[in-house]
Amino acid sequence: MDYTIKIGGEAGQGIQTIGDTLSVVFARSGYHVFTNQDYESRIRGGHNYYQLRLSDKPVHCAREAVDIVVALDKVSIMEYEKQLAQQGQIIYDSQSLKEKHEGNQFLDVPFVRLAVEHGGNKIMANTVATGAVLGMLGIDIEILLGILKDTFKKKGEEIIKANVDSAMAGYDFAVNNCIKCSFVSAETSKAKMLIAGNDAIGFGAVASGLKFYSAYPMTPGTSIMLYVASKAKDYGIVVEQAEDEIAAINMALGASFAGVRAMTGTSGGGFALMVEGLSLAAITETPVVIAIAQRPGPATGLPTKTAQADLLFALYSAHGEFPRVIMAPGTPEECFFLTNKAFDMAEKYQIPVIILTDQYLADSQWTYEGFDLNKLKYTDYRLRDKDLIGEDYKRHALTDNGISPFAVPGKGNYVVVTDSDEHDEEGHITEDAQMTILMTQKRLHKKMPAIIKDMAPPKFYGSDNPEIVIVGWGSMYGLLREAVDMLTNKYKIAMLHFSEVYPMPDTENFDYIKVLTEAKRAICIEQNVTGQLAHLLAVEKGFRFKEKINKYDGRPFTLEQLIGEINALIG
Amino acid sequence: MPSLDDYKGRTPAWCPGCGNFSILKTFKEAMVELGLAPHQFMLVSGIGQAGKFPHYLKCNTFNGLHGRSLPVATGFRLANNKMPVFVVSGDGDCYGEGGNHLMHGIRRNLNIKYFIHDNQIYGLTKGQGSPTTMEGMPTKNLPYGVLSNQLNPLSLAIALNCTFVARGFAGDQEQLKYLIKEAVNHEGFAIVDILQPCVSFNKVNTYEWYKQRVYHLDNTYNCQSRAEAFAKSLEWGDRIPTGILFKCRRPLFEEKIPFIQDTPLSSQPFDISKVGKTLQEFFV
Ligand SMILES: Cc1ncc(C[n+]2csc(CCOP(=O)(O)OP(=O)(O)O)c2C)c(N)n1
Ligand code: SF4
Ligand SMILES: [Mg+2]
Repeated sequence: MDYTIKIGGEAGQGIQTIGDTLSVVFARSGYHVFTNQDYESRIRGGHNYYQLRLSDKPVHCAREAVDIVVALDKVSIMEYEKQLAQQGQIIYDSQSLKEKHEGNQFLDVPFVRLAVEHGGNKIMANTVATGAVLGMLGIDIEILLGILKDTFKKKGEEIIKANVDSAMAGYDFAVNNCIKCSFVSAETSKAKMLIAGNDAIGFGAVASGLKFYSAYPMTPGTSIMLYVASKAKDYGIVVEQAEDEIAAINMALGASFAGVRAMTGTSGGGFALMVEGLSLAAITETPVVIAIAQRPGPATGLPTKTAQADLLFALYSAHGEFPRVIMAPGTPEECFFLTNKAFDMAEKYQIPVIILTDQYLADSQWTYEGFDLNKLKYTDYRLRDKDLIGEDYKRHALTDNGISPFAVPGKGNYVVVTDSDEHDEEGHITEDAQMTILMTQKRLHKKMPAIIKDMAPPKFYGSDNPEIVIVGWGSMYGLLREAVDMLTNKYKIAMLHFSEVYPMPDTENFDYIKVLTEAKRAICIEQNVTGQLAHLLAVEKGFRFKEKINKYDGRPFTLEQLIGEINALIG
Repeated sequence: MPSLDDYKGRTPAWCPGCGNFSILKTFKEAMVELGLAPHQFMLVSGIGQAGKFPHYLKCNTFNGLHGRSLPVATGFRLANNKMPVFVVSGDGDCYGEGGNHLMHGIRRNLNIKYFIHDNQIYGLTKGQGSPTTMEGMPTKNLPYGVLSNQLNPLSLAIALNCTFVARGFAGDQEQLKYLIKEAVNHEGFAIVDILQPCVSFNKVNTYEWYKQRVYHLDNTYNCQSRAEAFAKSLEWGDRIPTGILFKCRRPLFEEKIPFIQDTPLSSQPFDISKVGKTLQEFFV
């Protein structure tokens, strides 16, 4: 069982509600779910879709072939009819769309009429549609009814009944009328957790002891802030909407200096405004975590679409030379744990750590059996015990490992001083040549070896001695993995996936460069035009890709598209 | 009790005769008289001659970027609302590069005190026009001199309902000390714009120029009236009022966040045991 459902319609028609509700039904039923969304930068109108994939086996990416289209607008029919799988079905309401389609692949479900007849109000049309999808799939409707009861608990019995009746009407209609439906659903199993990429970053931050989050709204980064804000009261986190991204990062640094874990988040354009602050974090050695959810640029670009075009920007942005770490999680689970690692490394080394995600991963939901919370790391690296801090405390004391104990100001009879100018050990401004060398080395050379040791090597998956190695980073993980699964009968193929991108992990424990050089073909696959990871591997490790697959239309690959590209390249 | 000795800092790199010296001396005296020891408050600054100020005394210091001191102070104060937080800034730093932050800092009304060394010029970068440079003043970098209107920071602050708005003069240490202390004791965001002669680059607004014009607001002036204050703030030219122009009380930003009322954020432990429960919420 591996079905894809695509709900298409105008912004404001409720495709999100249908999609979210179905996701919950499937996750509760114990299926593996993958969802992704494509939307426009507008609140009403246009055309958006919400795509769900459900299976009894783990699923990690979106597919091209659609089994059920829920068409709330005409565009959905026009665009997605050609994407229909062999036995695929389009359900639509001919009355609402004012057009009738003939053919086996169409199922005309009177969403509005059933809503009015059974629920007493046409706003329940989406509930009818949700019920109809379950009817087509032959999935028990009880879970949906339970969700409706929960959702409308506050609105009273009448509303609950209207929704339940509407859902049932859709369900029954599909069961009775979808004669061509040949969907077979697998046994249900233990309910799964369902989590989106950005929620996982927000949750990861909260679970790492985050106390301060300041940001300026920018899609697709905003949902991290929304998640953190939803937990602010419970966990005691100050969340502030800054007047701009410059303020956002500077506020985070001020809070961090005061002794709390601080974070900001944005997209590429907002990060562009933050880069001087990044440099400030570096010279003042103030820990900060910065999430960048990428979208296509330059400038405003495509505000709600996806891209992986800011890796080199994240890496080379800001003036001066200093260490930074870049994490690029590939799954929501990695979003969670790498955010935790980001905080740990930021605090341990007193450096900025960047988490690079993108719209595709930010808005994608995955299912899991659970997260192993024992893997979370929380060490408070700050000096808080005033008895351990003498009056002669020096914020930027020179040490063997480059890390100066970081005292929290105000706990005792010492002062904590730092400066965006080059400074001496006490933190006071200096122009001394020798001190400049010492401080530069302290920040960079002394810390770097340990930082590199902390970086995990890329994940390897597939054939042991691969002839073909496909390579990617960040949100490409799921696609690469399923591509390997699909092609493994055809080729000796494997993947390398980088989620701890910079500094590039060393090759001591796992010589991934050897894997690349020994393969007949190494293909770097990225959602950008120039091949930024490929560039990085060339610069950092001397490995040059001869073959690349790049997509830069703002849309994620579907599995079939990617396999098509790989096959075309291999020939 | 702290003494002036406790406040001994590095040797200033300012020009001899610079107005900053007397501000520094006055600030230290004010701290001592307020009974504040160097480790008991936080001083944030930006870049410029004024930005170097914290190095020339001794206290907790974050000397950040040009124009960005207020956001740093905001983050600090929210993370530790039990510690007094002060900012020192230049007119370029505060009103130019940092103008947007000033506007929103006033709106927020955190308990932060903002001292602006207003020499009506960019000192550190050698004499370019600043937002408070008088219109028409010739500068090397502008072929026709400063063409824009002079910013009136006090009118701006009063327009935004800033809860404490004052003007001091580096040449009047007694009044300046009073203003600094009043600002510190005030509950709310406070701005003290300090007229500070730059002997090297501002040949118009000199000690003499200011001395001939400044006068103290006296008892007949009502600093509680916003309209009166606004009118008074417009006075600039032959006569320049100094003192507290406006004072009001608005709820503090930090008072609106219930969980930091007893213990500041920076002293609150992280309870990792909660995470399991939060994870359960994803079992939808
Ligand atoms: C982002 C940035 N732009 C420009 C500068 C250069 N700069 C340093 S100080 C300064 C102006 C200082 O003027 P002001 O704030 O009035 O301080 P003053 O030196 O007069 O006390 C400028 C433009 C800088 N350091 N950073
Ligand atoms: S340039 Fe002007 S402001 Fe700067 S130290 Fe010299 S006199 Fe003071
Ligand atoms: Mg100035």
